[in-house]
This record gives sequence, structure tokens and C-alpha cells, in this order.
Amino acid sequence: MTKNLRVKSSEYIDETNRISFKFNGKTYHGFKGDTLASALLANNVHLVGRSFKYHRPRGIMTSGSEEPNAIVQVNPGTNITEPNVRATEVEIYEGLEASSQNCWPSVEFDIGGINNFLSPFFPAGFYYKTFMWPASFWEKYEFFIRHSAGLGKSPTSSDPDIYDHRNIHCDVLVVGAGISGILAAKNAAKNNFKTLIVDEKNELGGSTIFENNEFNKIDNKTPSEWLKKEIKELKNIKNLEIKTRTSVAAYHQYNYLLARENLTDHLEAKDKTNKIRQRLLKIRAKKVILATGALERPLIFNNNDRPGIMLSSAIKKYSEFYGVACGSKNIFFTNNDSAYESALSLYNKGINVKAIIDIREQSESKIVKKVKEAGIKVYWSHTIVDTAGYKRLNGISIMKLSNDGTSVTGSKISISCDCLGVAGGWTPAVHLYTQSGSKLKFDEEKQIFLPNQNTSKQISVGSCGGDFKIDEIIKNLNQKLKDNLNIKETDLDNIKVEIDQENSKRNIWLLPSDKPLGKTKPFVDYQNDATAKDIKLALREGFRSIEHVKRYTTTGMGTDQGKLGNMHALGIIADTAGVKMGELGTTTFRPPYTPLTFGTIVGRNVGKFFDIFRRTPMNDWHVENKAEFENVGQWKRAWYYPINGETMHQAVQRESKAARESAGILDASTLGKIDIQGSDASEFLNRVYTNAWSKLAIGKCRYGLMLNEDGMVYDDGVTTRLGENHYIMTTTTGGAANVLGKLEDYLQTEWPELDVYLTSVTDHYATASLCGPNSKKILKKIIPDLDLSDENFPHMSFKEAHIGNIQCRIMRISFTGEHSYEINVQASYGKDLWEKCMEAGQEFNITPYGTETMHLLRAEKGFIIVGQDTDGTMTPIDLQMDWIVSKKKYDFIGKRSLYRSDTMREDRKQLVGLLTEDPNEVLEEGAQIVSELNKSPVEMLGHVTSSYFSPNLKKSIALAVVRGGKDMMGKKLFVPMENKNINVTVANPVFYDEKNERLNA
Amino acid sequence: MFLINCPYCGERDQQEFKAGGEAHIERPKQPTELSDDEWAEYLFMRKNIKGVQFERWNHTHGCRKWFNMVRDTSNDEIKAIYKMGEKPPSQ
Ligand SMILES: [Zn+2]
Repeated sequence: MTKNLRVKSSEYIDETNRISFKFNGKTYHGFKGDTLASALLANNVHLVGRSFKYHRPRGIMTSGSEEPNAIVQVNPGTNITEPNVRATEVEIYEGLEASSQNCWPSVEFDIGGINNFLSPFFPAGFYYKTFMWPASFWEKYEFFIRHSAGLGKSPTSSDPDIYDHRNIHCDVLVVGAGISGILAAKNAAKNNFKTLIVDEKNELGGSTIFENNEFNKIDNKTPSEWLKKEIKELKNIKNLEIKTRTSVAAYHQYNYLLARENLTDHLEAKDKTNKIRQRLLKIRAKKVILATGALERPLIFNNNDRPGIMLSSAIKKYSEFYGVACGSKNIFFTNNDSAYESALSLYNKGINVKAIIDIREQSESKIVKKVKEAGIKVYWSHTIVDTAGYKRLNGISIMKLSNDGTSVTGSKISISCDCLGVAGGWTPAVHLYTQSGSKLKFDEEKQIFLPNQNTSKQISVGSCGGDFKIDEIIKNLNQKLKDNLNIKETDLDNIKVEIDQENSKRNIWLLPSDKPLGKTKPFVDYQNDATAKDIKLALREGFRSIEHVKRYTTTGMGTDQGKLGNMHALGIIADTAGVKMGELGTTTFRPPYTPLTFGTIVGRNVGKFFDIFRRTPMNDWHVENKAEFENVGQWKRAWYYPINGETMHQAVQRESKAARESAGILDASTLGKIDIQGSDASEFLNRVYTNAWSKLAIGKCRYGLMLNEDGMVYDDGVTTRLGENHYIMTTTTGGAANVLGKLEDYLQTEWPELDVYLTSVTDHYATASLCGPNSKKILKKIIPDLDLSDENFPHMSFKEAHIGNIQCRIMRISFTGEHSYEINVQASYGKDLWEKCMEAGQEFNITPYGTETMHLLRAEKGFIIVGQDTDGTMTPIDLQMDWIVSKKKYDFIGKRSLYRSDTMREDRKQLVGLLTEDPNEVLEEGAQIVSELNKSPVEMLGHVTSSYFSPNLKKSIALAVVRGGKDMMGKKLFVPMENKNINVTVANPVFYDEKNERLNA
Repeated sequence: MFLINCPYCGERDQQEFKAGGEAHIERPKQPTELSDDEWAEYLFMRKNIKGVQFERWNHTHGCRKWFNMVRDTSNDEIKAIYKMGEKPPSQ
């Protein structure tokens, strides 16, 4: 049965623009201006989903972003499908497809619905209690939970849409474009404040825009007419930017807010192409005006969740704004006057309103009288004790409330209906306010939390600030604007407001039924299926903190963060525990206010823009020569250069043999380079390195080890003295930025008296490391006029030279143990240098090698790599590098820590070499080392830090850190693996050329 | 996301800065004269106050200068910012 429930035409609905869309596979029609929710309601579709735990049929509850039930999957069954979209926020367009979530096989017949009948077995904490024990059953539980849990389906391919970020700086940001927001923005902009106003809806005006209560007048017009005039003026004001479909997701400290601007979600497919879908606005505002309004509260009574039960204010919005009647036999259930406005709205459009159930004893306001005159029956002091209808509400039963509101009396009256509007009063939307770090205070009279202590320059105006009547709103807004923006006059000064609004309200957080609580289902959190029973159970089980009750019952933990039911949960806890709500406090509202897509969060930073990467000047050559690359920090470094389908192992074996037998070349451009100048440069190096620097001659190089103040090795590298007051320091590739930062820290904060200047020149130089017994001959070919004799250019020295016209710095230093040169040229000549070396080296079979071979070659020599063989717990003594720690220097960074009782322990982990009994067995890096096999538990002595098969030694070698390893030379240890135990012997970590004879070969 | 008033550059977003721990802990001039306990006091012991705290900050992605900040950690209010070497404001 599909009947059209379109009532009177609405100016927001374009009835000439008919749109067809699909919901759960069935085609429906709506009009331009409809949301998915309003269009479904116009087609008399209320059942849109199933609840999470009990799979109860659920309908559309609200008309906005607070919707807990009508959560749909957009573009179901495609690889770009989007879950957890609120039907109340989706603007329909031609071709829109959506489906229900959380039900299988269909929303009409859902297998999980059986949970509803089993619900006595699913109390609060059910999952925690049941799936805790026994642990070995976890895999079975996991299957069950995964199968039945989850809201919606994730897309299966990467997001094809374009997202963007934009920074905005403004004087005044107004959040929310209801009456308060519009008046605030208008007056701010008119007073020369650069103003931005945002609203999550596509139309400005909030709920006042359809406020046609004849008893309220602003300047003799209805609020709706008056506000439309204001909005018209707004659009012509300079200094004012208006953004609709823009939802503020987060409000951080110092008025930094994140908002999502929705640009194309309301367009049909052909109009979306090549357009930015959503934009994340990063807003820094000097002042923030929160005008986020209030959310209507439901009432908590037995079976209050059936499709057809909605917020009273939503029924009014569907009727006034969308021109849709939500039902043909309507009843309202209320504790205040606002349901009467909704009832009159329907009545004035000729829609049947059967009755109003009011828990108050009476109300004498004009609007109540008007409702009575219209012949609508009002049941005072009555409450709903039950509702009927499985997939759609078909009736309610009511009884008289006792004076204290805790029980019901008299006989039960049943009334049939197909739609019930509930009105439980209004909760200020203070979510963003509290996100900013500001504090709330509970107002006992109004029974709401209100802004109290602001931490940043902000004000809350209108109903989010606790003003609900139009006269109060305008009066208080006017004063707040004058105080906050420091302005004398506003155009609110002379507004005349006549109102007839009663604030009388009877607050009962949990309404009684004729059945005991245990036999009822009064839902507090619709999305997570938490009932008042669950909350009471949690309290009986000893939970007191609101944060604990929340987690135990999952109240407020859905994608809607419990926007509707949180206050009731607090109220029920307060009533049950006998404490005041103000003392309980609220749970923390966290960003985002409404869910954001990942696309919006990352913006353009996807794929290769996810993180920046750095390439060396020789990179193109490596690419052309089919190098494999590895990431080292942000650098892309050539890893190895496979030829003819070699594996990495084969390539590395070939490269490392060539480097030792003839010549190899490595791109070392990524090493950090810091230029150090100043009259105290030598003294500075003395303080930051463990060894002495004062006597280093100009033109000489020295290896240095840098510690942290705790004595642990931090970085290493070779530093060269270029002049009396001029050094160039090299650091590890990954440590470059941190080393510079650390050195700057000491210079600025501990030693400001030193005359030293630091400049990072890492990117300024390209470095080719030429190594092997033929490296000298190759260099000679490139620079024939440079004297390369050991006398003139010995190991650990430096020369300036020219290759053609290119100036270069050459250090004769070695990380491989071979005779080698590091040639530095201005970065732009890097590739040219590399090609010259390759050309000159051709006759010597010069072999480019990557980082993997570099690691192998240095491991053969027992040279450490900071970060691989050290992990922030190794002192130089632990590394058996005592030789580099000066005994003479009074102080250097970390020196004192080398004499702490802990760092002097003999049984610290120390760096040793390991040789495997089977020379072909290569250990796994990270493997554990023990001294005994048939013991359990057994002490872990250490682990393997570097391990390779050495082609030059024709055996497996490894570096390891072992407890007390220094004194274990020759001792047999074991490396237990999953399927075998490997026998190893502790050895000297220098495996190759122990006497360093090859340096001068 | 704080808005930090770098004493050299002016107001900048927190993203440009790095926090550097408690301020006004001077590196001992004569470390070798200190007992293990005294050295450990300098090396390891740091306050973690809920309330007003004196901190070091560095404008890493800006002028790279270190400076001091007085911040209330309970609400992230920045109460004062002053250069290295300057006296902290009286509380
Ligand atoms: Zn700065």
C-alpha cells in the first residue's frame, strides 16, 4: 500500500521537479528539496532499518543530524558504497540508491530479529560477560560477533572522489544559521567584522523558518515571515560569507574549528564528475558565536521505538517545511507545550490529530486553548504504558499517572494511531561548546546543562545558550553581541516581540508502565539498543561513574553519540542513585559532531601525496638502471641493482664481491650534512662528541660518536675540518634532522656563549662513494692533476678539487674497509659526477651497489649502524668502542652517565660477532639468543642485530647484542627458532681484514 | 590546536612547533662532581603538573628558536611566553 502523504505545497519543495530514487531496490518518487527521509515518509515508508542488538524494526525518528535510527547505506552493492549515512541528511537526486543497514536478508524479514525475542538473555554487559571465558573459545565468539556485528558495509575499492582542504581565518565564526545565528552574523558583519556563518542544512533559518505559531509575532509578522526578510538582507552584506551544507565537526582549543563542506552529495551522478565532493575547512576564528540550537528530547516509555514514533518537532518540520504528513491518525505525547504547536500545524493542514497525551496536570497557554477549541482531545496526567504494531505503530495504551509520577493507576485506554509525536522538552546542543574545553553547569530549574565557563573567546546564543522563547533569545543575544563584539548599537534594539510561550514542563526521565520494568522495553539509546533496564542493572552491579555506565551499557556510543538519549540516561542514573544530575556531570562529547568520511580528513594527501619523499640527484640514473628502492626515513634509496632477473640475495652477493675485488660505487647523498662555523666550533665538537677534536688538523677527517645525555649512542658520522673555524659534519641518513635539532637546542639553551653557527646542507651536496682497490685509479682518471699518493692524500683526509669546471670536496674515508673516496659536488651536478665515475670505472667493472650491500660490507668490518645495532640502550662501552671515548675531556654530552652504576654493570648487553656452526646457515635478524636449550623458562641473553651471508668470507656472519658478551669470546650459544635450534659461537665482531690493511691497498 | 605566539615570529599554528619538556632545568656545569642520585635528578626527574607548568617549546618549522611557555595543562591556557634566558614571570 503506497499512498501519497504530500499535504500542502511548500516553498522548499519544487513539485515541478519530480525525482525518482530507489530504496531497498524499490523505486519511489519525491521532489527536488526532499531528503531521503521526507521522500520516504511521503510514500508512507516508516520502516527503514533494524536496531543493532535486537534487530527491532525502526523508523525515522527525527529530521536532522541527530537521527539515531534511519541510518542507510548509499550506493549499496557497489564498490564505492558509503555506510552510516543518515536518511534525514541525504538530499535526494535522480538515480539515488540507498538501502537499510543491519538486516539480513531484508528489512521486512530479518533473521536477527530473533534476538528481540531472546532479549532477556542480552542484558547490559552481555558481550563482556559472555565472551570473556573460556579464553580458548575466543575464536568461536569472534566468528559469531563479526557475523552479526557492524553497522553497514565498507566500500571495497579506493575512494574515486576528490576531497579538499581549505584554511579560513575570520574575525567571527557563527555556527548555526537559525534565528540567533543569522542575527548574530548580520550584526557582526555590519560592524566590520569579517564573518563566516555555517549551517549543516541546505537552507538558512533553522526551525524558525517554518515557525507559524499565530501567537508569536516579531514586528507584527510571524517569526517565519520576519526571518525570511532578514535572510534576504543577509545575502547582500559585505564581509559576510555564508556556507550551507557545512557541518562543524570539531571545536578545538584557541578557536580552531574543523568543518565539512558538502559540495556535490546532493547532485546527480552526471553533475558530480570532476568536482570536489567535500571540503574540510580549517577555521581559525578570533571569536566564535555558537548558535547550534537545541535538540528535542524523546520520552522514555515502554516500547517507545516502533516505526511511526517520532519527535514531535520532526513531525512539524515534515509538515511545514517538506509538506509531508507523517501519519493519517496522529497522536502526540508530551511534557510541555511544544507538541501543541506540532498538533496545530497538522490540524491547520487538515490532517487528523486524534489526541494529545500530556503528563502535566494542565496548561493554560493560548496554544493549548486553541488545540482544545479545535476539538483535539487532551488526556492530562496520563502516560503511555505500551505501544502496539511490529513494523509500524498501530496503537497506544495509556493510563493515569500517579501524583509522584512513579506509577500508573486506573483503567487502561487503548487508542489506535499510525504516528506518535513525542515531546520531552529541549536539550541545548552543547556538544561543540564542550569540545572546546569549556565547562557546563546543570540548571536544576530547566533540567538542562548550560554553558558556564568559556575557555576561549566564544559565546553561546539562542537555545544552545538556554534561551528558548523568542523574546528572551533576541534580548539576550543583543546584550551578548554588544558585550562580546564591543558594539554600541544593533538592529535588534528596536525589535518588537509579542509571544505566548509557556515554559511549564513536567520532567519524568523514565515513565512508568503497568508492567514491571523488567517486562518492558523503554529505549534510551535507540542506535545501540540500550534500555532504562540496562542502566539500572549497571547501577545494581556497582557502576557509578557516568563514563563507566556509558561503556558498560553502550549508551551514547553509537554513531549519533546518543544525541537524543544521553540526558535521560543521566536522569535515570541520578534518580536511581539518589544524586543530583549536576553532580554526575556529562559524558565527554568528542569530535566529530557527525561522522566524517576518511576522504574529507585526508583531503589531497592520498597516494603519492600521503607523505613527502626525497630523491637524490642521481635518482634518475638508479631508475634507468632498474634499481630496487627502499625507504630510509623520507628518502628513496637505491637498495640493490638486479641484473638479468637476479634475486636480492644474488644481486647483493655480486655487488659486494665487486666492491672488494675491484670497484663499487654508492649514492651516499642522503647522509646528513651540517656546516659548522664559528670561533668556538672546535670547542662545540668537543662537547657534543665523545672524542677530542681540538687537535684535528685542517684538511683531516675524524669519526665521531654522539651520545644522549643518558650515555646512550645517538648518532655517528665523519666530521671534516675545512678551516680554522669551519667543519662539515655528516650524520646518519635518518638522524639528520634530529641531530641538527639537538645541536641547536644545546647552542641556544645551554651554551649560548659559544660562537657557533649551524646550517643544514644535506640537500646542497650530492655524494658518490667510490670504493675498492681500483677506486684510486678511477679517481685518477677523473681528476688527473690531483696527487692521490698516500703521503699527500692519506686515509681520513680531505681535498678540494675540480672535475672539469665542477668544484668538489673529496674525503678519503671508508665505511666498507676498502680504499675509498667520498666525492661531494653541488647537488645539481650529482648525476653528472655519477656518470663520469661510471664511465671512468668501466674498464674496472665498476659496480653500483645499494644500501643492502653497504650494510653487508660494513657488517664484515663490524661497523655499527646506529638504529640497527643500537636501540637507545647501548653505550659506547657496550659496543666495545671504548677507544672513542676520551678519558681526558672534562665533559661531553652523556659523559657523566657512563659512570652511573647501571651503565657500568658488567652484565649489560654488549655487541659481539656470531658465527654459525653451519657456515651456510644465515641467522634471522631479531632472533633471540640463549645459553641453555633444555630449560624452561630460559633467560634471553640478547638478540641478533645484523646478519648476512658474506661472499667475501664465504660464510654466514652476524652481529648481536648479548648479556655479558664481551667475556664470552669463543663460547657456544644457541638461537632457538620455530623448527630448529641453531648453534652459534661468540666471535670478534670484526670479521674481515682485522688489521685494516685494505684501506691502503 | 594551540595558537602560539612565537616571540620572534608572532602567532602561528601549533603544527609549526615542538614541545620540549619542562623548562628551567639547567644542565649541571660540573657533572663529574655529582653523585649518581644528583645526576639522576637532573637526567630523569620531570614534573607533570595538572595546572600551571613551565615548558620549553621550539618553533621547529619556523625560526627554529627555543623559547619558554607557561601553560595551564588543565585547560591549555597559555599564560605567558618569554625568550630563553629571560626570567619567568612571577605566578
Ligand atoms: Zn618563530
